[in-house]
Order: sequence, then C-alpha cells, then structure tokens
Amino acid sequence: MENCFHCGDVCNETNIVFHNKNFCCHGCKTVYEILKDNDLTYYYDLEHSPGTTPSRFDSKFDFLKEPHIASKLLEFDERGIQIINLVIPSIHCSSCIWVLEHLSKIHNGVLNSQVNFPEKTVRIQFKAKELSLFALVELLTRLGYEPYISLADEKKTPKRTDRSLIYKIGVAGFAFGNIMFLSFPEYFEVNEFWLDRFKFLFRWLMFAFSLPVVFYSGWSYFSSAIKGLRSKHINIDVPIALGISVLFIRSTIEIALDLGTGFFDSLSGLIFFLLLGKFFQQKTYAYLSFERDYKSYFPIAVTKLIQSSTQFNTQNNNKKELREQQTEIKDLIQGDRILIRNGELIPVDAILISGNAFIDYSFVTGEAQPVSRASGDKVYAGGRQQGEHIELEVIKTVEQSYLTQLWSGDVFNKGNQTNFQTLTNKISKHFTIVILSIAMISVMFWWWFDASKALNVFTAVLIVACPCAIALAAPFTLGNMLRFFGKAKLYLKNAETIEKMAQLDTLVFDKTGTLTSSLESKISYCGVDLSIEEQDLLTNTLRSSNHPLSRTLYQWLQKHEIYTLDDFNEEIGKGIVGKKNGQHIYAGSYQYVNNNHQSSVYSPEKNTTQVHIATANTYKGYYNFINTYRSGLQETFKALEKFKIIVLSGDNSSEQESLSKLLPKHTQYYFDQKPEDKLSFIKALQDEGKNVMMIGDGLNDAGALAQSNVGIAISENTNVFTPACDGILDAKQFTLLPDFLRLSKRANHIISYAFLLSLFYNIIGLGFAISGNLKPVVAAILMPISSISIVVFTTLFTYWVTRKLSQNNQNNNK
Amino acid sequence: MSIIYLLLTISVIVAIIFFAAFIFSVKKGQYDDTYTPSVRMLFEDEIKSEKSTKQQLTNNN
Repeated sequence: MENCFHCGDVCNETNIVFHNKNFCCHGCKTVYEILKDNDLTYYYDLEHSPGTTPSRFDSKFDFLKEPHIASKLLEFDERGIQIINLVIPSIHCSSCIWVLEHLSKIHNGVLNSQVNFPEKTVRIQFKAKELSLFALVELLTRLGYEPYISLADEKKTPKRTDRSLIYKIGVAGFAFGNIMFLSFPEYFEVNEFWLDRFKFLFRWLMFAFSLPVVFYSGWSYFSSAIKGLRSKHINIDVPIALGISVLFIRSTIEIALDLGTGFFDSLSGLIFFLLLGKFFQQKTYAYLSFERDYKSYFPIAVTKLIQSSTQFNTQNNNKKELREQQTEIKDLIQGDRILIRNGELIPVDAILISGNAFIDYSFVTGEAQPVSRASGDKVYAGGRQQGEHIELEVIKTVEQSYLTQLWSGDVFNKGNQTNFQTLTNKISKHFTIVILSIAMISVMFWWWFDASKALNVFTAVLIVACPCAIALAAPFTLGNMLRFFGKAKLYLKNAETIEKMAQLDTLVFDKTGTLTSSLESKISYCGVDLSIEEQDLLTNTLRSSNHPLSRTLYQWLQKHEIYTLDDFNEEIGKGIVGKKNGQHIYAGSYQYVNNNHQSSVYSPEKNTTQVHIATANTYKGYYNFINTYRSGLQETFKALEKFKIIVLSGDNSSEQESLSKLLPKHTQYYFDQKPEDKLSFIKALQDEGKNVMMIGDGLNDAGALAQSNVGIAISENTNVFTPACDGILDAKQFTLLPDFLRLSKRANHIISYAFLLSLFYNIIGLGFAISGNLKPVVAAILMPISSISIVVFTTLFTYWVTRKLSQNNQNNNK
Repeated sequence: MSIIYLLLTISVIVAIIFFAAFIFSVKKGQYDDTYTPSVRMLFEDEIKSEKSTKQQLTNNN
C-alpha cells in the first residue's frame, strides 16, 4: 500500500500516480501541482508528507464577496492594501510555516505573510485590487489551509495581550542586579577610606533603584493584601506586603540615619523571585481558548433569500424570483427566509419551509444520531444540516434563539467560584497570626531586656518571616504540573484548576461524544445474508451517496470491486437505489425500502439507527448502528471507583443497559437532560456540598461545564471548537483521567512538604532575628537559598511523581 | 578616585539602555511568538539555491 506524497494517508482504491509520486486523491494532487508550478516543492523537502487534504471549496465562504462583511474581518484597509489575520487550524509543521510565508510566490497580490505557529494564525498583507479576500481564502482552501472564520471574528479589535507581568519582572530584575552590584562592597566590610566616602552614594543609588521595584513591580501585592483584608481574608499577600513594607521602611531609615546599608538587595530579590513564580505558573496555550461561547461556533453569515416584492434594495427591483444574498446572521429578523446547504449550521431557531432536513444535533443536544424533520417542523439553532439544501423561515433572532439564550445565564457572566481558597492562602492565615505573635513576644522580651534593640528585633522578625519560599512552593509545583498535564494533552486553563481537581468527590459525565467516541460507530448486520454480487452492488450504491450513514457504512464494508452503476437514484432523507445488470438494491429507511415490496418481517427496534436493505423483490435485513464506547472505559472507571459517578445525557435511555455493564455499580444515570437541566443538576449537587467535575464535549454541556467546580471539555481534535471550560482533554487520553486526578492530589502533598521545608528556613531566620543578629548579609544569603531550594525541591518532586503519567502517555501514543 | 562617579554614571546609563531595549522589544511584540522565528531562520532564502546544494550533496555521496 502506497502512502500519499502530499498528506501521508494510505492511498486506498484511488491511487493517482503523477510525476512518479502517489496521491490519495485529486485534492492532494492539485496542491502538489500548484506548488510544483510555483517552484515551491521545497515544501516537501522540509518535512515528510506535510500536507492536508484540501476540503472542497464550496459556497461556504460566499459571504466574503460582500464588501461590508469582508471589511469587518480586515485588520487594516487603506490605499488598496489590506491586512487580515486568519486562524488556520491545520497549521502543524515547519512546512506549513514555509509555504504560508511564501504565498507571494503563488499569487502576486500577496505582499507579505507571517505565521504565528503557537496561535495557528497567519497575518497576510495583500493588494485589494489584485486579490480579493474571497480569492485569498479560496487560494488558502485549495492548498489545504482552510481558515476558520466564525461570528467571534467579527469586529476584530487587535488582541491586547497583558504584558504587565513581564514589565514588572523586567523592572525588578534590572533593579535587583544593579542593587546587588552596589551592595557588594559593604558586605566585605573593610573599613577603608574610599568605601567610607562613597558608601552614601551607593546607598542612595540602591534606594533609587528600589523605588520602582516597590511601587511598580510589588504594587500588586499591596493591592491584593488590602483587597483580602477588606473581605476579611488573610491571603498570602498579607504577610508578603507586610514584609515588603517593613523591609523598605527600615532600610530607608537605616540609610537616612546612617545606621547601616539596609536590605535593598533582599527586597528587590524577593519581589523578583515572587514575580518569577507568578510567571512560571502561567502556562498558556495560545491556540486554545477556554472562554469560547456560541459566537466562535456559529458562522458569520448565511444565505438569505429575498423576494422581489419585499425587497428593501431598490436596485434590483425588477427581478421576480427569489434572490440569494449573504447576510450577517445578527441582521436576521423574524420572517426572513434563509437557505442552509449541506454541512452548514442552522444559526437561528426557524421553521422548515421546504427540503428534507436531516440535522445532526449531536454537538448541541447530545443526541447521537441525526434527526429528520419535515416541512412545517421547528428546527433549533446549532444543528448541522446534512444532505440537500433546505429553506427556513426565521422565527427568532440569534440572541433569542434557544441555544444562545443559555449564554445569557448568570454562570457565564460572573466567576462563580471566587470564594475558592487555595492551599497557600489557607496556610498563610495561620502563618501570619503565628508570625505576628512571635514578633510581639520578642518585642516585649527585648523591651524589658534592652529597649534599644526592641524595634530592631520586631522588624527583623517580620523581614525573615516574609513567606517568600511558601509563596513560591505553589506556583512552581502547579506550574510544573500544568506542563506535565499539557504534555499528556490535558490543557488546563490555570494552576488553580489543579488545586480544585484535588478536592473533587463527584464526577459527572456526558454520554454522547464523551463516553462514546464520535469518530467510530459499531455496525452489525441483522437479517438474510447477502450474496457476493449483492454486496458488491450495495457497496457501489453506497459509494455514490453522500449521506453520512452511507459514508460510514461504505467505510465499514469496503474491500469490494469498484464499478460504475447502470442507474442510481437518491431520495434525500429516505434512501438510495442502485442498479447493475438488471439487479436492484435498495438501502435506506424502513418505510422507503418496504414501499417497494410487501414483506415486512422485521419490526424495527426503537432508539437505534438502522439502514435497511432490500433487493428488487425481497427484504433482506438491516445494518444496526451502535455507538461505540471509548476503549478502556471499563478500566478507567474502575480506577475512579472512589468517586461518586453520574452519567448525565441529553440522549434517550436506550443505552443504559450497555452502559451499566461497563460502569461501576453505584453509577447514577439521568437521560433526556436538556442543557438547562444539566446546569441545575450540577448546581443542586453543589448545594449538597459536593465538589463536582463535569466532563462533556458539546454545547449542551456548556452551562454545566461553567457551573461545575472543574469543567473539562473532551475534544477529538483540539483545533476545533470546544465550549467554555477549565480544561480541554484530548479524547485519546481519556484513560489517563484517573492519573490526572491522582496527580492533582499529589501536587497538593508536594506543596505541603515544600511548606514544611520553608518553615525550616523561617525558623533559622527567626533565630537570627530574635537574637537581634540579623545583618543584611545574612538576609541576602538566606533569602535566595531558601527560594532556590524550594524551586529545586518542587521541580524534582513533581518530575518524580509524574513518571508514570509520562509512561502511560507514551503507551497511549503507540 | 573621583573617576568612580563617571564609571557609575556610565554603568547605570548602559544598564538603563539595555533595560529600555528590553521594554521596547516586549512592547513591539517580539516575545509574543517565540517559536515561529526559530523555525523560520532555518529556511533557505532562495529555493533554487536549496535545490542546488541538495544536488551537490547527493553528488558528493
């Protein structure tokens, strides 16, 4: 079997040999030809078979022809030069970068193009006169780089990334280095003539450098501490802010009164390390978004049908027939007629006027199989039409449609878990109280013993107690964990999610797309065996049909002789018939197949999907489509037995029996759950005091994902749309779920151990402080040592506990 | 020894120049995408030259 030179797929029956190279389809060959003609075959030298099979360029992007819609997507449009930033999910290797950055060799209209690989975007600058946006998108699609354009792209404001943390680290690092350098001479403490002369200059320079560190870089600690105190929480920033202010004030007084050098180096070092910890904790996945709403799922425009009589546009008034016009979906109003083609999404609630609707709602409602609708029926927004094109009459605008209404709910507008307390904050409460009492006791002691030292000791205690090491323990542990999880393809939104995962006791699963795999379905045949000729005829008939069930069944049957049919007919939404050498074969719904002959032997089972087969005069049997559950489901759930497990499905209860065989006995099942039911179900669990994780995939789970303590979206392909959530899990890694949950618990243990270690440093420091011996040089040594050892400790420990995860991950990828 | 004033001034100015360069580069978005440039720099500038070097390599072998 040959592999395609372009995309690397196995070339099945259609092996096209061109230029001594094999291609799996004409699409791949065309891309090769384009690249060859433009001298761009270096594409294939960079990486082995780097391409993607181009999808058919149909009317999907017609809306780009409308200047007013196109202009909303453009970033820049002046003097004939336009710039657009397009998301291209299929960017995956260096060849992709290369070819997309050499677009100007294919078309002269392209002036410049630049790929941002982590974000999977390409920024293209082109001459509007020579190349329209529509033509540009067409060119990209033909090369296999189809851009993803959705409603969310509209009114694009250039994305503003928050870089303040980097600036803060820059300022702190810059000042830290300079202050270290200036404070060194005095640490050697030679009572030398020149040093005595210059030390004032050095000290005031250090003071000057520390000002931006305290008042710019460290400011967030003050504001966060004040915020915490106002809401009567002692968070970790309270002792930090206390430490910073004591360090700064005491140092300033020391140099002003010529008492000593001050602690400016420790001060700036402390803030620098703390900010580094914060930075490390942020692991961002540029091309994933955890905040998506329906807007990134919906298209930007649909085809609207305008009748000449009701036409607002007076220019074409003389036309009598229906005219197609691309309209933005937000402009649709009640009563508008729209046209939905095969594979297009229904953007609004509407009534079916004409055509056979066969709508795939699996992503929206969780129903596993597409449903058919007859004219006059109501269809809901979010479904994907399969088969022929249909005409709809809008009954609700986008914002008012059933599905989009969900997003106006409270869950999506506020962070509903603001009261979550991290482990660090829990500990810091006790820590702060203990430190303050130690400081008080030592002050009282020294007051009585040697009053001149009392204030000195008090401030020294607060300085050494500044919980730098504690504050670094969590960021580095969780930051490391986030990276390990990311390698195993669980992409979490932030570090806090790991701490939340450690507290879970209830797991709620969606069925369709989560427990079942949407990529494969199991097919079984029931009825009279088909002869070889009949099988051949059936596969060839199926081959001619574009219906999803036909495609699936064809894939499953395969391995048959390919020939041209004498006759083929498809009644959309009903069935197909093929003819060869006088033989007929019918495939389709029970009614369709049975209309042709009377024998009705099989009464169709409910709740499953079937394709019925008959020849010209006899009914043969049917193919049953059953959802397949993910492999390893049973073992995975066995490992999760400690948790309360609930299955919450939008589908009907037909699968309960087969599910209960796979899942633990105590599992609870709830079927026919609407999206809002799911949300309120999670809420009810939380009111009982449960910590709930929701694992789902579709828009119907969006509310539940947002409401739950941890919402994980499962995705077969992380490039495509996932609803708003706390984390995205690659579907292949589903079996690692118990590992992830176990490791989050371990992360909490590691943080606790790190706390103990840092307490040890604090006790040493307190020894110096209480005895009144804390010199700047001691603080300057102790502080970095404790911080660095905590970083090393947590890094090694997390690496050690995640060994097994990396192993399992490798096994999964084999 | 008053040369130290001059030395200090110069060292601080140099440090500030580098610091300003860092801030400027962050602001310009040079750190936004740290991956793509690392791949891009390995591409051959001219496709023709890439071909000829490749041929040379195969000839040498």
